[in-house]
Amino acid sequence: MRIPYYPGCTLKTTAKNFEDSAIAALKVLNVELVELKRWNCCGTVYSLASDDLMHKLAPVRNLIRVREEDGSKVLTLCSMCYNTLKQANLFFREDKEASEKMNEFMYRERDYEGDVEVLHILGFLRDEIGFDQIAKKVKRKLAGLKVAPYYGCLLLRPGEAAIDDPENPSVFEDLFESLGVQTVDFPYRNECCGAYQTVDQVDLVAERTRKMINLARSIGANILATSCPLCQFNLETRQKDVKGKWTDFEEMPVVYFTQILGAALGVGREDLGFELNLFNPSELIYGE
Amino acid sequence: MQELIDKVAELSGQNLYGCYQCGKCSGGCPSVWQMDILPNEVIRLVQTKRVDDALNSKTIWICASCFTCTVRCPRGIDLAKIMEALRQIHLRRNVDHIDIKKVAQGEINELPPIALVGNFRKQTA
Ligand code: SF4
Ligand code: SF4
Repeated sequence: MRIPYYPGCTLKTTAKNFEDSAIAALKVLNVELVELKRWNCCGTVYSLASDDLMHKLAPVRNLIRVREEDGSKVLTLCSMCYNTLKQANLFFREDKEASEKMNEFMYRERDYEGDVEVLHILGFLRDEIGFDQIAKKVKRKLAGLKVAPYYGCLLLRPGEAAIDDPENPSVFEDLFESLGVQTVDFPYRNECCGAYQTVDQVDLVAERTRKMINLARSIGANILATSCPLCQFNLETRQKDVKGKWTDFEEMPVVYFTQILGAALGVGREDLGFELNLFNPSELIYGE
Repeated sequence: MQELIDKVAELSGQNLYGCYQCGKCSGGCPSVWQMDILPNEVIRLVQTKRVDDALNSKTIWICASCFTCTVRCPRGIDLAKIMEALRQIHLRRNVDHIDIKKVAQGEINELPPIALVGNFRKQTA
């Protein structure tokens, strides 16, 4: 299966290991990501002000790119890109007056009709591949792992953009179960990590990181998995700031779930980009 | 003052008077311990014509649009949008909330692009 793919800025830079591991894992499942020939930054945060059409143009332009290549769906990996494209698409479909204005403003582009479906890889794996099919392709038992699945905010909220039940999701746990990987029941799995505040309020994010990692550790987890490059950065890199203040703090690797998925499906460690992880988890994952 | 209240209502698209101050938003807000006033107090300040106090609070900048309150409000009020409306009113006076030249000096090459773009989108005019 081939599917149009929107990467976003961060997957080409600090989260290259997310993209590489997703491509490698999907290949085992016979899915080929076809990157859009042209794309631009989605804007990262969906604009919530009712009159702000300007910041909704960037995500919509990417959906126009999908139509230009005759696509009807687009797959995202980054939770923030997913949420921004998804919310802009829903707004565009619902507000006829605004969508006409936006099309008029982008008069050099073909008109967009709101007809692209925005998918996140987790929902895609669940709904279009099927976890039972994934289970059949598992090659490696990752017996040493106890994963704390971390959803964060943007896969689940607001409700209309959610890929699962906002308050009681299970897609991560179900995926890991199909891989034969153990998970813990992580109470902070859908709490905010502090997001972009990591730029100007390091302490605020570090304190949340400390709480989350300590709790995950206390209930038996030895690794945290996410699908958001900002959560990944915050929860892993801010552990350095925590360690500076709390010397007895015990660090924990934070990975993209696709790195675990890839390992379970038999992808070699050299193809999963572990060198970009601050705390290299490959020994823990591969058990040697 | 009425003009400001109308602006909050318009930008957020929310019925400000629908809120009956149950406090569920504040109860579940993951950032509440870092705020100076509670999320439900922000909406109360707007209801009672004290928009300036809401505008001058730290709370509207601590809120990171996590949408927890949005999915939980029993009155269907999207408080994340009210927070955004207040930030927008501030930023549209052409005043940045952060000084780009000063933030993240040591880390600018390590921060993910989504962190920088998101931060500047939310906190600069
Ligand atoms: S949860 Fe809704 S009704 Fe209750 S205080 Fe918050 S905004 Fe008001
Ligand atoms: S959107 Fe803002 S106010 Fe609402 S729960 Fe999240 S941080 Fe708190």
